[in-house]
Amino acid sequence: MALIAFYILSTIVVLSALFVVAARNPVHSVLWLILAFFTSAGLLVLIGAEFLAMLLVVVYVGAVAVLFLFVVMMLDIDFVALKQGFQNYLVVGALIALALLAEIGIVAAAATFGGGETFNASPGAPTNAEALSRVLYTDYLLLFQMSGIVLLVAMMGAIVLTLRSRPSVKRQNIAEQTGRKRKDAVELKDVRPGQGL
Amino acid sequence: MEKLLEISGNDLVIAILLAVAQILALVLIMLVCIAFLLLFDRKVWAAVQMRKGPNVVGPFGLLQSFADLLKFILKEIVIPAGANKTVFLLAPIITLTLALVGWAVIPVAPGWVVADLNVGVLYLFAISSLGVYGIIMGGWASNSKYPFLGGLRSAAQMVSYEVSIGFVIVSVLLLVGSLNLSDVVANQDGGIWNWHAFAFPTIFVMFPMFVIFFISALAETNRPPFDLPEAESELVAGYQVEYSSSPYLMFMIGEYVSIVLMCAMLTILFFGGWHMPIPIPGTENLPDWLLSLGGLLVFMVKVTFFFFLFAMVKAIVPRYRYDQLMRLGWKIFLPTSLVAVVLVGGYATFVNAQGRPDFDVLDADKSGYLEAPELAAVTLPMGVDANNDGRISWPEYRRGAR
Repeated sequence: MALIAFYILSTIVVLSALFVVAARNPVHSVLWLILAFFTSAGLLVLIGAEFLAMLLVVVYVGAVAVLFLFVVMMLDIDFVALKQGFQNYLVVGALIALALLAEIGIVAAAATFGGGETFNASPGAPTNAEALSRVLYTDYLLLFQMSGIVLLVAMMGAIVLTLRSRPSVKRQNIAEQTGRKRKDAVELKDVRPGQGL
Repeated sequence: MEKLLEISGNDLVIAILLAVAQILALVLIMLVCIAFLLLFDRKVWAAVQMRKGPNVVGPFGLLQSFADLLKFILKEIVIPAGANKTVFLLAPIITLTLALVGWAVIPVAPGWVVADLNVGVLYLFAISSLGVYGIIMGGWASNSKYPFLGGLRSAAQMVSYEVSIGFVIVSVLLLVGSLNLSDVVANQDGGIWNWHAFAFPTIFVMFPMFVIFFISALAETNRPPFDLPEAESELVAGYQVEYSSSPYLMFMIGEYVSIVLMCAMLTILFFGGWHMPIPIPGTENLPDWLLSLGGLLVFMVKVTFFFFLFAMVKAIVPRYRYDQLMRLGWKIFLPTSLVAVVLVGGYATFVNAQGRPDFDVLDADKSGYLEAPELAAVTLPMGVDANNDGRISWPEYRRGAR
């Protein structure tokens, strides 16, 4: 049963990854990419790494791919122009593909001819989430915190780069608005006939 | 899940058939409930505006939703000429499927859950974060200005509010110490004073968290006052302008299913799931099926109560402006829920410091559970093993000690 599920899921992953490259429409490419992410999460569940599977869906499918789709959808793309440079990039693309294939081969060989021990998704703990947290918050605490700081700095950088205050644009000051009293806004004047204010 | 992967032959066929039967029963019952909840929604809305609401089809208009269903199904499906046909039709299907799939991990009564996942809460969070795809795909595939703007708005809105929902969920998880939804419910056993929204020292943090979750749930499901993706005064009907007939019906049912899912999440995370507000003495001796049925009833009453709140908010609160919505999400809810996570985390560490050393000594093989040989060495009160799996986890041990 696990084997059948594995073959079904991995076929879907490989095919959808193929369609990411082959699809003519970029939005379709992103949708195929999302399918590939989602099915990979299924593969992770198969080996017992439920926590990683859910994180993959939450982070990559739920947030990263949404922003991807968001950006690609708004592009005004000329499909003919997009395909023109294809042959120029073919060599570089093929090289990168070869390198990736070699890396996957090395991992597969290590797994097949290595120690021969079976994979354990949650060593030393009842669930995958606990096993991960025990390692992350003890042995690798410093690295874990540092990666958090790196992300924080990246986020602040993005805000600093895009935030510009234009004096010509009127902004709403919520505190000022809600703190306003009646006497600041309304004034009673005794207007005499024929004189005006 | 793991059990399903290991068995084979006849047992496998039976297991699969049983799972399919459970799923069908859950979906069918829920869709019928939603038909009546839809009517309830319209009736509440009408009552606030001093109208009668739908009252023609059947007694008190009870069959109105079914009449609507027939109307939607029998109409012609119109697909705009410039639309991207596949994605256009895929979008409502995705919305409905994702909304239904989330229900798989909801424990509606003691032991009544389709898939008792160890990472149930994360699963729910993942599924609800995927809900945005139906809307964004529908908006793009319509190849029209208003739906596109609606889709963009909803993408930004739903991604923003997911963040604060995530932190609220984390604060609940820190209190429970498990990602399993059945454990979350079991942690609130024994009366209203143990429910996460009201439990004593944490009420000052968790009750505001409950309010934040409620408001974020409104935004996440595009309910008024945050229904900007379909704001009729600005975008006609937003992402669903071009939809008609059954695709539109699927969008609408999907929306309502995810609203009820959010109500169920509020019930489970903060309001004790199937537990009564005040425990009734003597119910322990009743047969299991009766207890489960009673639990289901309590659960449904709570979900309906939250649905009533959703309906009331729709009826009485005016729509937010887009920048106000973003400000509320990023500048108010996100920092507040972050602080809450820190506070609850500190509290959980403090509570765990008492008792966890004892548990670790008892847990000789460091498996995280007290199993049969280790259980022989210690006498625990009855009913500690809340989920009846024959082993005691740390949250169960902590509750037993309390």
